[in-house]
Amino acid sequence: MESEMVTAAKMIGAGLAVIALAGVGVGIGNIFSSLVSSIARNPAARGEVFGIGILGFALTEAIALFALLISFLILFT
Amino acid sequence: MASPVEQFKLKSLVPFELGGVDLSYTTSSLWMTITVVGVTAFLTLSMRGGRLVPGRWQSMAEMSYEFIANMIRENVGAEGRKYFPFIFTLFMFILVGNLVGMIPFSYTFTSQIIVTFAMAVTIFIGVTVIGLVRHGLHFFSLFVPSGTPLILAPLLIPIEIISYFVRPVSLSVRLFANMMAGHTMMKVFGTFTAMLGLLGAAPIVLLVALTGFEIMVAVLQAYVFTVLTCLYLNDAIHLH
Repeated sequence: MESEMVTAAKMIGAGLAVIALAGVGVGIGNIFSSLVSSIARNPAARGEVFGIGILGFALTEAIALFALLISFLILFT
Repeated sequence: MASPVEQFKLKSLVPFELGGVDLSYTTSSLWMTITVVGVTAFLTLSMRGGRLVPGRWQSMAEMSYEFIANMIRENVGAEGRKYFPFIFTLFMFILVGNLVGMIPFSYTFTSQIIVTFAMAVTIFIGVTVIGLVRHGLHFFSLFVPSGTPLILAPLLIPIEIISYFVRPVSLSVRLFANMMAGHTMMKVFGTFTAMLGLLGAAPIVLLVALTGFEIMVAVLQAYVFTVLTCLYLNDAIHLH
């Protein structure tokens, strides 16, 4: 049936779309790794560096959500 | 089994049509009203009878003021002071809007792309106009980062222009996708819990952790939206 194939294709497309989350995982790991390193080198900088680190995390997470958004769009429309 | 995105369907509570455009008062508008009334009540009632040594409520109101004032001073500098009411309103609106959506059976109006897009486009146009009014045509030197060799400029300027115009899109989609994905995930785990009966104890633990995470994301996304607005404002006022 046409409709079954379309549904199957949607599922495959949605699955492929979230492969991008691998890159985001690496990015977030990178941010927190450098956050921990910089606090370890200079514990006094904790307050400032923490704010920038959280901002970086949120911006990287946004990319994850762009990918998730495309996946949902493919799956549900 | 209902789809997890059905929770975002809107119901029009007070139908109202103007010239063929549907302007009815929906669930989304209701929760926006609740947010605005809540924030106004919090700020006005907390500061009533303000003492020099603040009590608990006054302390909270002053802390939120100080948080945004510091953010503006750090990211925009002294000239940003006059934009404080707008940034404060933006932050409290998004923050309380996100948090109020965590209440069961409520509605998160920031999970509507049109709401976040309207806010982001308003900020984008406002910031561009502020930049143009302040600097005139010199505003377009924003697209040439300081210290680029002249050979690279034809390659770099289109990239800078494109990344400038992506700002409202990324700003709106970041908030919208965070809210929509979060609530959809909670709905999916709730469905698992309901379907599994007694074994539903496992998804419930995850659901509790996810709810905590979503509350953190609600606060974080409000902060990120506001900080990015301050940074864009800084770009427009002090070109590099």
